[in-house]
Amino acid sequence: MNASHPHVDDLLRPLTPQVVGVLTRRFGDFGAAEDAVQEALLDALAQWPAEGVPDNPKGWLIQVAYRRMIEQVRGEQARRRREELVAARSPADHWTSPAVDRVHEADGDDTLVMLFLSCHPALTPASAIALTLRAVGGLTTAEIGKAFMVPEATMAQRISRAKQRIRASGVPFRMPEPEERSARLASVLHVLYLIFNEGYAASGGLGLHRVELSREAIRLARTLHRLLRGFPHGDGEAAGLLALMLLTDARRPARTGPGGVPVPLAEQDRGLWDREAIAEGTALLTAALRRGAAGPYQIQAAIAAVHDEAATAEETDWPQILALYGLLERMSPNPMVSLNRAVAAAMVHGPATGLALLEPLADGPLAGHHRLHAARAHLLEMAGDLTAAVADYRAAAGLTASIPERDHLTMRAARLAASL
Amino acid sequence: MKYMLLMQFGPQSGIAPMDAWSPEDIKAHIEFMHDVNRGLVEAGEFVDAQGLAMPDQARIVRAGEGGVPVVTDGPFPETKEFLVGYWIVDCEGPERAYALAAHISAAPGLNGEPLNMPIEVRQVMAAPAQEL
Repeated sequence: MNASHPHVDDLLRPLTPQVVGVLTRRFGDFGAAEDAVQEALLDALAQWPAEGVPDNPKGWLIQVAYRRMIEQVRGEQARRRREELVAARSPADHWTSPAVDRVHEADGDDTLVMLFLSCHPALTPASAIALTLRAVGGLTTAEIGKAFMVPEATMAQRISRAKQRIRASGVPFRMPEPEERSARLASVLHVLYLIFNEGYAASGGLGLHRVELSREAIRLARTLHRLLRGFPHGDGEAAGLLALMLLTDARRPARTGPGGVPVPLAEQDRGLWDREAIAEGTALLTAALRRGAAGPYQIQAAIAAVHDEAATAEETDWPQILALYGLLERMSPNPMVSLNRAVAAAMVHGPATGLALLEPLADGPLAGHHRLHAARAHLLEMAGDLTAAVADYRAAAGLTASIPERDHLTMRAARLAASL
Repeated sequence: MKYMLLMQFGPQSGIAPMDAWSPEDIKAHIEFMHDVNRGLVEAGEFVDAQGLAMPDQARIVRAGEGGVPVVTDGPFPETKEFLVGYWIVDCEGPERAYALAAHISAAPGLNGEPLNMPIEVRQVMAAPAQEL
């Protein structure tokens, strides 16, 4: 119903966390406020495209959500609990209609508080992602369900349980204390990264019904970056993450061929890359790096930028990429980073060096992982050991959970086998 | 009416493993499967389609003492066919489901020849309890 009204979507989504913030502070119940705003959102999606956007969209949403809250409060089921809650937390004048046109200076803060709350480390990543997309992103439950290919009712339940968990953990509705802020910010960045990645990798099945999760992740990262400006040591990694997303997403038009089959970086038509996104990402990154100590997201963005700068695959500055992966590996050790460093090392020093670096990874958490087999296949192919490369491509194809990737790896194996 | 179309493979199906196919054969097969899904969506008959990981990754789980999961690896008897993927379609009736299954069965394989693989057609129990 709303798919054909991107204008209404664009208007509603940034307003959502602000309205949830207003209602939460008024009723002292984040979970119920978030539900009420979701209903107001559905009303807006049903009415605005046909009847026009109201003069004060935010005031409209607050009023509708407020009414929903009151309906809930008066509802038979939760009567006693709600009445106590409202009586305890709402001053008398709040029973009258809210001052809808009052400009609230805390809008941005509310969005930020909501991000910290929705990405709380007490939640599983899947729950945090769902809650963030709804409470902060302003997506409907149906849209989120479609994006993750689960029924709407399942997604509604996942969000509801996430809110119960937040309530049970007793996290207050305000900014985290300064001493825990950096750890909490890391959770927020991670959740936004996962949302982006889910959209970018399009990991599941056929990808027939996905909303633009990457676009949504970029919008949220942009908001986070803007809101953190001025926080001490706050915005560097937010800028890094936003730059990483922009520099990666810039390649989207070249990344898949017909049927969604992935096209490797070296074979992409670089003329299709989004120059504007690359310029914006590079500018963000340069400014962030100038401000101080680089974090892991900035390093990853820098690697993406080096790739994006190369006019052809052959012109890629592999020594610089190798150095950046070395830095990243020391900063946040992780077998996937080691794997990427091995591939970069092969590009600089030859496949034998890369294969030697891959060897110890086969005994770690990447044992039996398709990426390890795919990387080894690639390096074996470079080294001219085609028979072994075919075996590794086939092993990788049998292990990936992505159908387009499986198709790509199977094709790769078949092409090599045919050339033997 | 909803039907589940189950695509099965196994040593008994007499189909050459994909390892032996040429790149062109594989490409044609992949494109065919994309066309099948696109066609089902366009016809308003698509409900769901999923591919399953290979059976060497499958596990059999039974509850042990106190309900703890007791997990055993395959392999399943070698003679048995295994499920590689399925579609759920919502179509007019059994005739249409059979036609769809036959179309999928004839997916191109080695040298572009139709595979004629077995597709099991099962009705999904989704009918209303009684007619009005």
